[in-house]
Amino acid sequence: MDDRGRSTGRRADRLFSFASQGAGVTVLVLVTLVCVFLVSQAIPALARNEASFLTSREWTVGGDAPRFGILELLWTTTAASVIAMLVAVPVGVCVALFITEYAPQWLRRPAGNLVDLLAAVPSIVYGLWGLIVFRPIVRPIEDWLSSRLSWLPIFEPTGITGGTIFFIGFVLAIMILPIVTAISREVFAQTPTTHKEGALALGATKWEMIHTAVLPFGKPGVISAAMLALGRALGETIAVTFIVSTLAVGSDWTWSLFNGGETFASRIANNAAEFDSPQKTGAFIAAGLVLFILTFVVNAIARVVIERRKAFTE
Amino acid sequence: MTATSASRAGAELSGPFSFASRTAYHVEAADVATEEPPKLTRGSAIRRVKDVVAKVVMWAAFGLALIPLAWILYTVVSNGVELLLASTWWTNSQRNINATDAGGGAVHAIQGTLIQAGVTGAISVPVGVFTAIYLVEYGRGRLARAISFMVDILSGVPSIVAALFVYAVWVTTLGFQRVGFAVCLALVLLMIPVVVRSTEEMLKLVPNELREASYALGVPKWITITKVVLPTAFSGIVTGVLLGLARVMGETAPLLILGPYTKNIATNLFDGYMPTLPTMINQDRTELGIDTAVDRMWASALTLILLVLLLNLIGRLLARRSGVRH
Amino acid sequence: MTITRSHAVIALAMTGALALGACGTDANKTSTGGSGAASTDCPTGTLKAEGSSAQKAAIEAAIKSFQTTCTGATVNYAATGSGAGIKQFIAAQVDFGGTDSALKDDEAASAATTCAAPAWHLPMVTGPVGVAYNLPSLPSLVLNADVTAKIFLGQITMWNDPALAAINPGVTLPDKKISVFFRSDDSGTTDNFTKYLKAAAGSSWTVESGKKWNGTVGEGKPQNAGVATAAKGVEGSIAYLEWSYITQNKLGLAKIDTGSGPVELTSASVGKMIETAKQKGSGNDLSLTLDYATKTPGAYPINLVTYEVVCSTYKDPAKGKLVKAFLTHFSSVETQKSLESLGYAPLPASIEAKVQTAIAAIG
Repeated sequence: MDDRGRSTGRRADRLFSFASQGAGVTVLVLVTLVCVFLVSQAIPALARNEASFLTSREWTVGGDAPRFGILELLWTTTAASVIAMLVAVPVGVCVALFITEYAPQWLRRPAGNLVDLLAAVPSIVYGLWGLIVFRPIVRPIEDWLSSRLSWLPIFEPTGITGGTIFFIGFVLAIMILPIVTAISREVFAQTPTTHKEGALALGATKWEMIHTAVLPFGKPGVISAAMLALGRALGETIAVTFIVSTLAVGSDWTWSLFNGGETFASRIANNAAEFDSPQKTGAFIAAGLVLFILTFVVNAIARVVIERRKAFTE
Repeated sequence: MTATSASRAGAELSGPFSFASRTAYHVEAADVATEEPPKLTRGSAIRRVKDVVAKVVMWAAFGLALIPLAWILYTVVSNGVELLLASTWWTNSQRNINATDAGGGAVHAIQGTLIQAGVTGAISVPVGVFTAIYLVEYGRGRLARAISFMVDILSGVPSIVAALFVYAVWVTTLGFQRVGFAVCLALVLLMIPVVVRSTEEMLKLVPNELREASYALGVPKWITITKVVLPTAFSGIVTGVLLGLARVMGETAPLLILGPYTKNIATNLFDGYMPTLPTMINQDRTELGIDTAVDRMWASALTLILLVLLLNLIGRLLARRSGVRH
Repeated sequence: MTITRSHAVIALAMTGALALGACGTDANKTSTGGSGAASTDCPTGTLKAEGSSAQKAAIEAAIKSFQTTCTGATVNYAATGSGAGIKQFIAAQVDFGGTDSALKDDEAASAATTCAAPAWHLPMVTGPVGVAYNLPSLPSLVLNADVTAKIFLGQITMWNDPALAAINPGVTLPDKKISVFFRSDDSGTTDNFTKYLKAAAGSSWTVESGKKWNGTVGEGKPQNAGVATAAKGVEGSIAYLEWSYITQNKLGLAKIDTGSGPVELTSASVGKMIETAKQKGSGNDLSLTLDYATKTPGAYPINLVTYEVVCSTYKDPAKGKLVKAFLTHFSSVETQKSLESLGYAPLPASIEAKVQTAIAAIG
């Protein structure tokens, strides 16, 4: 290589490094812009809000005296997501264990692919299926629960017949199941053979081996899987928008899971027609910001768990 | 060698779903020596029973997980396949086909979806890949950490919030029309983190020996990256991109806000409405009392699933075929 | 090796996509021929419109016949609701908006700013709002404004309530809970239905009327379609819906007793009510006032008029020409007549003449 070649090489080198740094900085600037913009849109609307943003159930975003609060949205979003987690995490972990430990060798790969297929179904299809096919199946279960357990405030009967929090939770559970399964599966698959063989050599049954070797090893992975799935459930828009039943403005508050209500995402999507003034748009953006923060916190927890574990290994 | 098999296994396992490929590689072999394993009790019948129960529960869980999958696929296929086999489905649009009319096709929506996915990919792939290159090959210190953090934030942005942001900028602030390109912008926000994370993982899997060998021969860094590192990780990156695209294609929330539907073929990203499969589904969803509309709705849902699966399939084939090679 | 192969796969996928793109066509053979007026002149171009879902079937039929006559023209109508129609028109996102409620003063002012000229309301289709119920055992049901208001406010909660029995003599009403459904989005249907209740039910209707539902019970669903699907799935449900959604979903349709006997919802009974409409706007701005409390025998009281909101002068003359051509076709006697079979009442002759004059004046 002569000098000229080397210098163009160096210039190209600098150019390339500059380009990749530029891309990184673009992302940095982009995200900062998104955050700044959303906050700047939300603040004027929040400043004019005459109700308490965090504790009010009202949602009148137009006019001279807007009154809006996110209490109901927050409750519906978290309650539905928690139901989804309670269903999807145990099932997902069991499916992952099935695929890694119990399934016959020939079944493992196809079984994994089948569950992954569930993740490839677009969420709008889940929405349609939930609305048209799945709803009539879940209703009798709800009726049964609310007739037997009506003394529990969360199972109190309500007049809502369509998209209850309970039902949304189940649809979300089906949607996040592949997330939990896929990540748990990969973590379980990495359990060192020595641990497993050690347990078996000590006379443990298969379940005991799993209990003593695989599960402790995979715990952080499962936690992060659950958190990522929760993040997805919180922000799910279109499937929820199709099936929610909104509540009337003056309806009585109840903790019942058989009540309707809107999630952050569905409120924004359902009322996209209302973004006709900065004030109204700002109110919806404020709700969107809360969702954003919620999702971010959940994702951050997931990442911290993963990173801690990584640091621990190194 | 270890890297090879790990990446292969990883790529195959990661499946159509981006979260898995994004995170799973973070989790590396760990040591549980510090955790006290529960004491094993000796040979009671209870232990055997527990073992059998566990086995039954695992099988049952798997069966349970398959029920919704089979059910959804059955619903969509049985209701939608008939229209897909009609000759006009793949060649015609819905122009002049009203809710109660049968006939017409989905070609306008398929084109719209593919165009938007293509443009979204064309924007997010260079940005995402270069960002990943920066993070893996160049990035040290505060800037890299900040960028990595921002990618995390971006990956947590719910699609509806991304759409809201683009609407507020594009329509409210700049006063532009709702056009196909605005949808692409929202989708870019959703796709960049997927591309960055999957590329990052793939680049990390390229053995350092390769880089060092290249440097030892006096090859400049950028040529090492473009001629050694990227080709080694190429198929893995393509897989990540395809999976990201598949995800973006099924995304509906931004379309509701930014991309009104039209029944006509429209391929201009900067003028007029642009039809897509999700908005076509949404259009017929508003006529659930009319059989022809319901049939069309399931047929377009099936078409969308097929498109997404096709991309996944290509991604998987690539992943299986290659991986990091020495 | 690997790289070439992957290139091949990508190339293959791209070719597939392109091939698909190349053979797509808009030319669908349709069974019904164009009933378009021969006199329509046919500019080419594309119009964007958005708004009321109450007129969806009507405007789609008109678009179809217009596009069949004028093959170079395309009209896109997104039926996202009156609220969206007004908003997008003001934001200059569409060429005309469809709304079931006349613009409020501030909205009209914003619209005029967008157009740089006054915006006009052109009444185009009139559609009745039906009170739908899901009780297969009950082929016929009579309601009046007072009882309807009490049901929708949750004061009457059972189908066999004495108040219902009193206006349905000789009918066995089931001992079933009433499930109320309402629109969760801003809608002209809600606006007109609540205006009717306010006008006709008097003190029984205690909450505000408007595009947003302000009741205290029930569950909300987006758009006519969402409400209709939900009501269909629940026995004992009641909902207010645009007529065609009731027939499509095979729900029961209540007769309304206006004080001069129960009136069934038919084109004729709707026409009788619309005839009494008065012009509210001035000149070519044709917003109407409906007499919801009408007691005219045989007149069905709950109706809405869908207006196309247009600029009186378009900044882009080509757009103006196209809007003019399409609306001329839409308001023509033939097109209006063809809408009757879809569940819309034709415009009264006096109003129709004014609409046509106004359209001719669009610049």
